[in-house]
Amino acid sequence: MSEMLKDPMILRQLIMDHYEFPRNHGLVDDTTYSQKHMASESCIDDIVVQVKIIDDKIIDIRFDGVACTISTASTSMMTELLIDKTRLEAKKIIEAYFMMIDNQRYDEAILNEAIAFSNVYKQPNRIKCATIGWKAIKELIEEGEVNE
Amino acid sequence: MLDVTKIRKDFPILNKDDGLIYLDSAATSLKPKKVIDAVLAYYQDYTANIHRGDYRLSLMASELYDKARENVADFVNVSATEIIFTSGSTASLNQVAYQFGLDILQAGDVILTTETEHASSILPWYQVAKKINAKIEYVPLNNEGLITIENFTKAMHDQVKIVVTTHVSNVLGHVNPIKELARITHDHDGYIVVDGAQAIPHMLIDLKDLDVDFYAFSGHKMLAPTGVGVLYGKRCWLDKMLPLFYGGGSNARFDKQGNITLKNTPEKFEAGTPSIEGVLGLSAAIDYLRDIGMDNVLMHEEELSKYLLTKLHELNNVIIYNPSVKSGIIALNVKNIFSQDVAAYLDHHHIAVRSGNHCAKILNNVIQVTDTIRCSLYIYNTKEDIDEFIRVLKDVTLEKCIDLII
Repeated sequence: MSEMLKDPMILRQLIMDHYEFPRNHGLVDDTTYSQKHMASESCIDDIVVQVKIIDDKIIDIRFDGVACTISTASTSMMTELLIDKTRLEAKKIIEAYFMMIDNQRYDEAILNEAIAFSNVYKQPNRIKCATIGWKAIKELIEEGEVNE
Repeated sequence: MLDVTKIRKDFPILNKDDGLIYLDSAATSLKPKKVIDAVLAYYQDYTANIHRGDYRLSLMASELYDKARENVADFVNVSATEIIFTSGSTASLNQVAYQFGLDILQAGDVILTTETEHASSILPWYQVAKKINAKIEYVPLNNEGLITIENFTKAMHDQVKIVVTTHVSNVLGHVNPIKELARITHDHDGYIVVDGAQAIPHMLIDLKDLDVDFYAFSGHKMLAPTGVGVLYGKRCWLDKMLPLFYGGGSNARFDKQGNITLKNTPEKFEAGTPSIEGVLGLSAAIDYLRDIGMDNVLMHEEELSKYLLTKLHELNNVIIYNPSVKSGIIALNVKNIFSQDVAAYLDHHHIAVRSGNHCAKILNNVIQVTDTIRCSLYIYNTKEDIDEFIRVLKDVTLEKCIDLII
């Protein structure tokens, strides 16, 4: 898997696929989810992320909104990576993702196909796009801990 | 005719080796050497505060500052006492809303505006309306986002106290018939406040002829530095208005009891040390534009705009949102690719455009799209710039956009 993820063709296809067929897309009308509207980061991307956490485990994540390819695909991959993880596991993955975006050493293995965004740091104007959904889930998890 | 080759030599940023194609002048314009030199001269040759020193340098700075005001006034055909220097259109428009609007509006009065307004034009009035329970109404736009005189006349009624409108839409580039709108507004005893930020850089504006009550513009979109702008107001209204800021330079005297004698219009509005460099730069920008001739500026932009539209129509992957526009602002999208992805791809080819909703968030309802690419032209743009823009647009695919980040 990791060798395949070094092939730019595969990475491109992955991003395209997550953009055209975003996973866990569309919001649910369910009060057991907490949600975050990410609209004040920039005046273009405008997304909402929802999460359902029970007993420290992420049961479900949903998202929707107006967003570019990178925002949509990175958020879609995030949902797949974090569903069914414990909060601690999720936080480790999120931390690794932000380390990667910041061009620092990170644990490749736990990021799986999200390493498709490992070169985003070379395009500073797109970093916000690649992190908007990840920031939302990070804040949701942190807020959930504070509330308990 | 305008000599673009000669003009381009005047802009240092266009004479580097990076092949910049700048199509974002509606956001801010590039600056010619003449303007940069005017700013430098103030700092290198006669740095001094204005209107408060008895020495040679201060007198020189003061004199040039006063002359700049006359130059601006002359450029828009009004009196220098009606020109207030501000930090930009946003400051100008807020000042009118808070210092004039709040004063004359009463609960139930109507502020009539349009859905093409820039945030800086309309948000201050939302605040004012909230404070005094005034109502906001919108002139219905036609299907191209234009205000027609017919629609405006229908929307106008006797409860309308203030009309707030842009002169040229910053997203769709349409030029509104301000003179007629002012006449109709005045027939109903209303006041008209015009956001001229996208108009002033591109055409000769005669404010006396337009007969508007207030008109705002920014320096930085018309070749001048950032941080300086203008509020024009009819003298009779300015004399009645109180300043938003109080402080040094705007008062003649004050005492311990808090009695303040303000200076006259326009000095009473300019508390604190203004952007002296900005004002001098703005004056130099006006000299530069006047030398070229505003008629030539307009003709050049209309010609380029026509050329760009013709070329865009030949592409089958592009949607144009304002195909009938004559000015140099064109809103478009590449089919099936998000505007920001296209803008990043254009940037990769050294082409600077703006993507998003351009601070005109409520326009979405009119053109049925949340975000666009805005291409905006100015005096230094060429047909070659457009050819390259078209070449890259023709070539762009979602795959290529993604390849930039992997």
